[in-house]
This record gives sequence, structure tokens and C-alpha cells, in this order.
Amino acid sequence: MTIAVVDYHKGNLLSVQRGLQAAGAQVAVTDRASDIASAGAIVLPGVGAFADAADTLRRLGLDGLLRRRVAEGAPFLGICLGMHLMFEEGVEGAPEPDDEESSHNAVGLGILPGVVGCLPRTDEAGNPYKIPHVGWNTVSLAGEGADSSAASALFDGIPDGEYFYFTHSYAVPDGPFVIGRTRHSVRFPSAVRYGDRAFGVQFHPEKSSEAGHRLLRNFVSLAQEG
Amino acid sequence: MLAKRVIPCLDVAGGRVVKGVNFVGLRDAGDPIELAELYDAQKADEVVFLDITATSDKRATAQELASRASASLHLPYCVGGGFRSVEDMRSMIAAGADKVSVNSAAVADPSLISRAAAAFGSQAVVVAVDAKAVAGRPNRWEVYVAGGRKATGIDAVAWAAQAARAGAGEILLTSMDRDGSREGFDCALTRAVARAVDIPVIASGGVGCLEHFAQGILEGEADAVLAASVFHFGEFTISQVKESMRSFGIPVRL
Repeated sequence: MTIAVVDYHKGNLLSVQRGLQAAGAQVAVTDRASDIASAGAIVLPGVGAFADAADTLRRLGLDGLLRRRVAEGAPFLGICLGMHLMFEEGVEGAPEPDDEESSHNAVGLGILPGVVGCLPRTDEAGNPYKIPHVGWNTVSLAGEGADSSAASALFDGIPDGEYFYFTHSYAVPDGPFVIGRTRHSVRFPSAVRYGDRAFGVQFHPEKSSEAGHRLLRNFVSLAQEG
Repeated sequence: MLAKRVIPCLDVAGGRVVKGVNFVGLRDAGDPIELAELYDAQKADEVVFLDITATSDKRATAQELASRASASLHLPYCVGGGFRSVEDMRSMIAAGADKVSVNSAAVADPSLISRAAAAFGSQAVVVAVDAKAVAGRPNRWEVYVAGGRKATGIDAVAWAAQAARAGAGEILLTSMDRDGSREGFDCALTRAVARAVDIPVIASGGVGCLEHFAQGILEGEADAVLAASVFHFGEFTISQVKESMRSFGIPVRL
């Protein structure tokens, strides 16, 4: 069983590749549709800007393929921007809207509904927060609306409130698909699912020490179950 | 809640960790990867490698270091020292670095910051600022470049704000007055910069005792604290620092 790490020509996939290998997976870093079509599982990693990455996926002819594989139940993990790309639209790197009526957002894969937006720079009381949200923050799995049964496959053996490493300025919309949340200026979704085999995480498991390693091992186990 | 970060900085020359005292008098403190693995195990929140001898012809050594680091470490790390162009930075990111820090070259050409941010995202671009108090001018600090050897006449707070607007993801702020002094961070400088930017600020230079780390966060309003010698010579472990910070009510990852 090979896990395809989708290479959309932005930055460094070495850490993700090595993280998955350390978790026991055979890994192919690839931008080829044939590799992704035949892979046992797919990881969409995350660096760069939404609009640019979405364009690259379309140019490589991978957008429809990724949608189809997820719909068919292939194990899938989107990391950071890879999680953002699972959604319908993103504001990052998209042209400024001319007016409030027209939407100029970039189009994502549309596996999950909604628009990926900026993390607010202030909390509800107006207190300032630093953006990008950089560093180690906790993921609550048991929060309101979290689906703990689906969360358990990916977060098996990871305590509620564990620290993971984040670095991002944008966040995905909330919804019934959220399985973990994190608090910065606002409480935002830090882990999502589509069905019980496709996941997205806002943090970087490959940079999150032992907890991150455990999460990748859980994903690899899920993928190896076939 | 976002934890305040504790970051060991490894000054690297010729593939070995060294730490200058006031930027002179280098001492050897071991193999960079071995040390970084130790800090990883002690729950360091990230690691900074600063190649203080980096020149374009020595770039290959630093790339090799980055590649070894990404094979061994499970935490984010930043590499700095001598980047002149986006292409220099790209090679380091391709070798596995999560972030690159720029200093002199960004002062010489601030557009380097925005070009790097466009290429790699702001989260990967750290602007390192070496600042020194201006004699006779309270609460004024000047930017120094070329490893702290050359004064620029540029106001450090204004420069940090400009770097943030240009797309920097973090400011790594070193007080040259305090570096190696063991008197604690320059909290007035750190606070002035932290209030002038809306991106995270890493305080650096001057740690001599455990309480200084908490001071950098509480009085300096920094988002992260960085130190070198006190870690390399085993004076404090990362865990001791975090326990101390926690006793002051600061959120840390233990």
C-alpha cells in the first residue's frame, strides 16, 4: 500500500514524506494523475496560497480525480492548506472583491461546504491577536458539535487538549463535519472529516513531535486497513 | 490557548555549534543535529540554526545541515545567515527548512521580504533584527547589520513595522546590548517592537537566569523567547525554563 503525497510544486514536502515513512508508510511524492488514481491513500500537504495551489491542481488535472477518490472512500488527509483546499472557496490569494455583491474567491475542491476566510485579528471583546497564528496550540476533541466517534480513528490514543504545531493566517468554516477545535482570536475548526476516511487538519502533524507522529500512525493504520 | 514558545538558537560555524559572547570570542558547543535532537526530546517548541559563517560558497554546508535536520527532527526549525536572494532561500526550504530568516539583505533591499513571502508564504519568512540602544536617546534603538558589525542609522521599531507590512511572518529581535550579558532581555526594546507589529516577536539576547524568560513574555510582551549558551552548556533544560514560565502563569507546552 502506497500513500501518494500530492506535489503541487510549492515548497517542501520532505517533512511530510519523512513523517509518513516514520509512521510505517510507503510514500510516493507525485504530481501524476496515474499515481494518485492507484494510490492506497492520499495526503494533500499544505504550503503556499489557496488560489495558486487550487490553480496548480486544476492545471495538473488532479482536482476532479481527488474529488472522485475521496467520494469513493479512499483514505485522505489534508494538512493545513491541503485542508483548506477541501472546501468550496478560499479568499487567500484571490483578487480583492470589487463590491460586496460579487464573489472573487478562488475555487477549491468542494469536498466540504463553505469559504475559507482570514482568522480575525481581534477577539470578540476587541483584544488584539497576532496573525499568523504560529506555534503550539491545543486541539479540543470533546467540544460542542465535535463528532467523537469519527475523531477517534484519527485521534486514537491522543488526549483531548493535546498540543499541535500551527502556522497559518486562514481558517476553514465551521459545520457538522468539525471534529476538533482550537482557540486563538476566535475558536476555529482545527480538524474536519468527510465520511469516516477523509480528514483535514489545520496543524502540521509532521512537525508536532510525538502527538503528530501518533496521528500520522493512526492515519497510516486506517489506510492499511484498506 | 496558544503556548508561548521556548526556542534554543544554535549558532553554527563550520558545521559546529558556537556561541559568541557579544558577537566575539566563539566557543565550541557541539554537533548541531545532536544538540537539536536533545532539545526536541526536551520539548523545545522549535529550533533556530544561524549559520554565522554563511556565504554563498558555503551555502552547501548549510543545506546539508537543513537536510540532516529534517531527517532527525520532529519540530519546526528555521535557518538563517547570509541569504541574499529568494533563490538562496528556496534552496534551503527545498532542503527541508520550515522557515528562513533574513537580516542584512532585507535591510539592503526590503522587497526581498515581500518576494520571499509571495514565494513561500509569510509563515516561512522571519526577519531578524539586531538592535542596539542609541546613546543619549532613551527608548531609541538602531538596526545593525553584517552580524552586528555595521550600524545603519535605521530605527529598529520602525524597521520591524516596515518588515511586518512587507509580509514578514515573525520578527526575531536581538538586543545587541544584552546579548551575552546575562542581564535579561531588553524588555523596553522588545515591548516597543511587539506593540508596533501585529506578527509574533521572538525575544533574544541576554538570558542569565530562569526568571528572565518569563520577563521577556510578561514585560517584553514577546510571543517566544530564544536563548543559546544557557541551553548548550546545560545550565537549564528547556523543561526547567517552561516550568519556571508556567509558575508565572504563562501558557507553555510541557
